[in-house]
Amino acid sequence: MAAVRFQVAVLCTALALCTAMSSEALAQKKYDSGASDTEIKIGNIMPYSGPASAYAAIGRTEEAYFNKVNAEGGINGRKVKFISYDDGYSPPKTVEQARKLVENDGVLLIFGSLGTSTNTAIRKYMNEKKVPQLFVASGASKWNDPEHYPWTMGWQPSYVSEARIYAKYIMKAKPDGKIAVLYQNDDFGKDYLKGLKEGLGSKAAMIVREEAYDPSEPTIDERVVKLKASGADIFISITATKFAAQGIKKAAEINWHPMQIISNVSASVGAVLEPAGIEISQGVLSATYAKDGSDPQWNADDGMKKFYNFLAQYQPKANKLDAGVVYGYAAAQTMVKVLQLCGDDLTRENVMRQAASLKDFEPDTLLPGIKINTAPDDFAPIEQLQMMRFKGKKWELFGDIMSSDIRH
Amino acid sequence: MSAAEEVVAEGHEAVEAVPKRAMTLGTGTSLVVLAALLIVPVFVKNFIIFQMTMVLIYGLAVLALNILTGGSGQFSLGQSAFYAVGAYTSAVLMEHANVNYALTIPISAAICFGFGYLFGKPALRLSGIYLALATFALATAMPQLLKLNFLEHWTGGVQGLVVTKPDAPFGLPMSQDMWLYYFTLAVTGAIYIFSVNLLRSRSGRAFMAIRDNEIAASSMGVNVALYKTLAFGVSAGITGVAGSLGAIAVQFVAPDSYTITLAISLFLGMVVGGVGWLPGSFVGAAFIIFVPNMAESISKGLSGAVFGVLLFLVIYLVPHGARQVAILGQQLVGKLKRN
Repeated sequence: MAAVRFQVAVLCTALALCTAMSSEALAQKKYDSGASDTEIKIGNIMPYSGPASAYAAIGRTEEAYFNKVNAEGGINGRKVKFISYDDGYSPPKTVEQARKLVENDGVLLIFGSLGTSTNTAIRKYMNEKKVPQLFVASGASKWNDPEHYPWTMGWQPSYVSEARIYAKYIMKAKPDGKIAVLYQNDDFGKDYLKGLKEGLGSKAAMIVREEAYDPSEPTIDERVVKLKASGADIFISITATKFAAQGIKKAAEINWHPMQIISNVSASVGAVLEPAGIEISQGVLSATYAKDGSDPQWNADDGMKKFYNFLAQYQPKANKLDAGVVYGYAAAQTMVKVLQLCGDDLTRENVMRQAASLKDFEPDTLLPGIKINTAPDDFAPIEQLQMMRFKGKKWELFGDIMSSDIRH
Repeated sequence: MSAAEEVVAEGHEAVEAVPKRAMTLGTGTSLVVLAALLIVPVFVKNFIIFQMTMVLIYGLAVLALNILTGGSGQFSLGQSAFYAVGAYTSAVLMEHANVNYALTIPISAAICFGFGYLFGKPALRLSGIYLALATFALATAMPQLLKLNFLEHWTGGVQGLVVTKPDAPFGLPMSQDMWLYYFTLAVTGAIYIFSVNLLRSRSGRAFMAIRDNEIAASSMGVNVALYKTLAFGVSAGITGVAGSLGAIAVQFVAPDSYTITLAISLFLGMVVGGVGWLPGSFVGAAFIIFVPNMAESISKGLSGAVFGVLLFLVIYLVPHGARQVAILGQQLVGKLKRN
């Protein structure tokens, strides 16, 4: 009998211990809407239809990446449920979808939504609701404003950062040059111009002529002629794809051979340099932060090997020439990193705290040396780029990774 | 007779199967619908209330188009432009001049009425598909006009303007969404009653006379030019009110919000709801809001194609839209009563 009693006592103690331990463990776990022991719900809004639907590759890659994460056991044992809706690039629809994600689906956060005006439309709402709007897929500089919008954070280098890097490069390579700028007359162009002037600092007088064009203009030929007439020997073309090609072509036609820089937005071989003419595009400069999925120089690269394996296994239909695929992979990887850092404290507040304390994180598909760093007063994850020059039929990287910080 | 006019005329024949009340719902049905609209928000989430508000707002815009096309037989693919003017009027007044949101609505209505009336003048010389083209031009021009540099100080350029959502007044214990819903419902109700009465009035009969036969109308003494421009003005004014409410509900205006896609959606809503049948406007609005979401849940990559198939089904099965469904329902109820 005594033995039985002893057994019962042991059982009781064990049971009591277990309960105590599990309740202690439970006490450490903290959840907001959208997170639980088994699942993390992540919302996303993409233009699967409409004028910007080419960018939807980003959303599809992110979805595939989360599938991979789930197949490998999830994040700290929790599966990611990625809910992605279509807004057709129309701001009112973005608002509807964001509200659906937050109020109906109860997501923990909204990640990687695409577009400047679409994200502006929901920024106030997200901040009022205190729901993280993380890693916005837009190059506008306004996402780095933790003081006014502590729940919104960008990801890619802003147009301002990129322009500052061009300024730095010019001051080193051609300190007594004369700059002519052609820019698109909207937030994209103006952000660049601002960054360029900030980067040049006291040497802003190097800019001898600025020409703004409207995206609805059929051609910018006349503006290029005017820029040449200014006597400039550096031509910075802050233009969308079609106009970038026109600019390169016209400059060659009128026998103007300045140092040419085109924005990263238009640094596409297929969409810009080929139509302009491979021959006359030799030596054109730009900058980038991500590896080119079609460039054989990365075939032996560890990060890219992982990326190619991922594509083969989880997204075999994706076009690896599409920059959006490389982008989506790296952005999703950053998101997963933040959620890993959150541990068992999956509250919205902690998500923002972890997102704002990334240290030297290097996603697989970004250039070697480009590191993601954030701080409570720095909501701009990627601020470095590397210069590249068009040679033969592809871009060649050169020089060091450059930081857009003006101080160093 | 152009193809465009045929659609309207054809619809009209279907209307005559149910004489007199063709433009509206019966009193009983209207009251039931109104009661449902009043009660439902108490039981649903804020998000659903927001969607219902958007249905009312787009419904108003479709209603405005319905008065123009179903009433006076004129076509417009430029409603997004009037919608944008209304939205920007409210946004600019609220954010730059601190005008109360409720006051901005009549101002929007007045400005859009003037804008529509003036646009109606040159449009007088055009009819059918040519008018559709001219209004199309207006819709494509509007987003670019909103980006103009010298307006940027007011409109915020491409960045757009963020609008503050109003709280419920007098300390009423309801959320912003619910208050805005009831506010929108009140405005919508008032405009609906106004529209029904307008189409039943002398002016409404003049609109329809012009729609059915312009020459006959003018020989009966209808001032064709005046009534055609008037129809444009009224339609633009109501669309402007919808735009204002839309800006307040969405809390944001930007040129990207008011592209030609919006104009086409509104047109689609009118056809699905039934051309010339005012209650159908709201059914059409629900269609343009909810069906794309449904299509997306069926297939993300092919959402456009799925939407197209659904649209085809509607056109083939019920070519006169919601009106046809309503007529069928009415006949069914009638039969049941007799038995």
